[in-house]
Amino acid sequence: MAVGSSTDLGATQGADLTPPPPGQRAGRGRLRLPRSPKVLIGLAGLAAFIVLAVIGPWIAPYNPSRTFSTTLSFPQAPSAAHLLGTTQQQQDVLSQLLAGGRSTVLVAFVAGLAATVLSVVIGVTAGYAAGLADDLLSMLANFFLVMPALPLLIVIFGFLPQSQGGDDLLIGAIIAITGWAFGARVLRAQTLSLRNRDYVQSARIIGERGWRIIGFEILPNLIPILASSFLFTVLYGVGTYTALAFLGLVNPNHLSWGGMLFYAQVAGAEQSGYWWLFIPPGLAVALLGTSLALLNFGIDEFINPRLRAAGLSRRQARRVQRDQASQTGQADRAGQAGQTGAASLPRRFVLGLTPVIHSTPLTAVNGAGNAKFPERPGTDTGPAPDGRPDGAGRWRGRRRP
Amino acid sequence: MSVPAGHPLLEVRGLCVDYGAGPDAVHAVIGADLALHSGEVLGLAGESGSGKSTLAYAVTRLLRAPGMITGGSVGYYPGPGTAVDLLAAEEGTLRVLRWSQISVVMQSAMNALNPVLSIGAQLTDVLHAHRPGMSKAARRARAAGLLAMVGITEDRLGSHPHELSGGMRQRVMIAMALALEPQVVIMDEPTTALDVVTQREILQELMELRERLGFAVLFITHDLSLLIEIADAIAVMYAGRLVERAAAKALFRAPRHPYTLGLLSSFPALHGPRQHLTGIPGSPPDLRRLPSGCVFHPRCSYVMDRCRTDVPALVPLAGQGNSEAGTARAAACWLQDGSSPPPPELAAPAPGLAGTAASEPVGSWQAGGTT
Repeated sequence: MAVGSSTDLGATQGADLTPPPPGQRAGRGRLRLPRSPKVLIGLAGLAAFIVLAVIGPWIAPYNPSRTFSTTLSFPQAPSAAHLLGTTQQQQDVLSQLLAGGRSTVLVAFVAGLAATVLSVVIGVTAGYAAGLADDLLSMLANFFLVMPALPLLIVIFGFLPQSQGGDDLLIGAIIAITGWAFGARVLRAQTLSLRNRDYVQSARIIGERGWRIIGFEILPNLIPILASSFLFTVLYGVGTYTALAFLGLVNPNHLSWGGMLFYAQVAGAEQSGYWWLFIPPGLAVALLGTSLALLNFGIDEFINPRLRAAGLSRRQARRVQRDQASQTGQADRAGQAGQTGAASLPRRFVLGLTPVIHSTPLTAVNGAGNAKFPERPGTDTGPAPDGRPDGAGRWRGRRRP
Repeated sequence: MSVPAGHPLLEVRGLCVDYGAGPDAVHAVIGADLALHSGEVLGLAGESGSGKSTLAYAVTRLLRAPGMITGGSVGYYPGPGTAVDLLAAEEGTLRVLRWSQISVVMQSAMNALNPVLSIGAQLTDVLHAHRPGMSKAARRARAAGLLAMVGITEDRLGSHPHELSGGMRQRVMIAMALALEPQVVIMDEPTTALDVVTQREILQELMELRERLGFAVLFITHDLSLLIEIADAIAVMYAGRLVERAAAKALFRAPRHPYTLGLLSSFPALHGPRQHLTGIPGSPPDLRRLPSGCVFHPRCSYVMDRCRTDVPALVPLAGQGNSEAGTARAAACWLQDGSSPPPPELAAPAPGLAGTAASEPVGSWQAGGTT
């Protein structure tokens, strides 16, 4: 803990003038996501899918709608020419998989973005405006929350003209209609709490306009929730779009993973064992969803730093264990003579039970045995204190706090 | 100060506390030695961030993550021949010990009251959990008695926390801490949020209660002048280390560490000649980048070459106070190592220490001695 550069300080100068060594704490104070394995995997996965969405159609080995044979009537198993086999229409599955990602990712992000915008507009307005506006907007949000989403979407898609059944932006917007209500409720609740904070009230008292208070005082505090709700809605968009396409409600000529699953179903892939028809698109959807969920965990930890501080990372735990091993022989810190008690380090800390990494047992200090905690003689307030230890040292007859 | 008879009630030896692990760990408490005797008021003083609260939370194992105890021992000795190793204690042992034997009044404790329950409900809840044999009427009577003890009338039992003033809420918290008649009460800046008049009333009540009930108090505050009035012994912390430990009067009249001297000369005396207040130059060090050698050396006006390289240990000073560990007059300063006479400001004759280790109580509120 000694810093060499502080020796040149004058006798009475401030102690805290030495700048931190460059590079040692670079990035401290910057806004950054916790770098847990979960977040890294989620980020890498999502980035891979976005890259795939952009370049997928270009790197596809064939035109995904090209029919390779007009004579064969069964899907062909994977081969050197078709790495993931062919569909019943004798189209290349790998090319479809690579090209179909674009539509799925695009629809999901459009749905997420549109739903988030809707939920901010409706949720924050309801929370900030209060009164009748709040009642009406909340009623609207509740209405959309209780309405079953899929039947509603089926009805809406039934009204769409066939020519527009393959428009990604339009599909995303329609999915957003059923996906905004949850975020709006959460944002309304948080806004209700924020609008009574002192800094918001002071802004109101000094006469700031409503939109400015919302934009500069309230919205910045909603960003973590917004980010989380955005990812959640994107996830919802992936699932819903895949479900709709699987049901054949989207124009079947519009290439997407859900559409591939639709054709797999039409071909009876499951019954006939044509696994290459449904496993690749199904796995792609599942992995995309997993990436989004993992990233959402990271945002969760970012919103609530206590989640991060609740335990040690694996690397930290290893380091502590290593220090512990090297310290048992030599006591290098003041007053630590003959350390013997070394408890195993818990990964997760229990509130009210601070972990002890090293300790000197009492017997080594003063010879007094570590006796069982004695029962206190009865006081005037009651017959007997509770919490009698039984043989195993556990305590009975106690309410959980 | 009471003559320490036998074993201390609570003994802390070489306690080390870290926040975090690995190279980024902050060493918040380093090698702290303390002894709290039965019925004694031990003051723990120091600037903000010097590790006072961390020490108290670590002793009770209440420190939150990422705080970790990385060394030392904490022993609780409720009676002759019995000892509880608080650092080795299981959750169940700690749960029984807390409140009934060792209770804590936290910093801003008045915010710890549940806003939707009445004071009476919260007071009787403790008794309900810890004294299962008590009847409802007895619990209520006890709660009323506890409130009366801290100077709140019985009709407040039905009040909710928002109906009470800050001082009253703090009194309720003190009453709750004393509800099970603990042996040790740890008070972490219990009066910081209150004005001086309320503060004085509460402390006066606390000291009267201590005399009547005989519990020991570990009193943590940044207000050294307050401690000199109420405490028997005082330990001064700086940057995670104890730098001086002495009887209250001895510390006040004859500080041995330059930091204590600086603290003492930063508040004015009510009586006596006008003095120029000097204070301590600079500000407390960053615990992540502590200076080498004595942590106080960059702010010390007596700094020597040795202070910049060697860390002084908290050692008992020869011939000053009881020699039993944890209670002796001790200072962590190279000026006091005996190699050369310390400057006159740090060598004032200690009062009451010439013959015996006992000294009269300093505080005006303390009438009699303790055990």
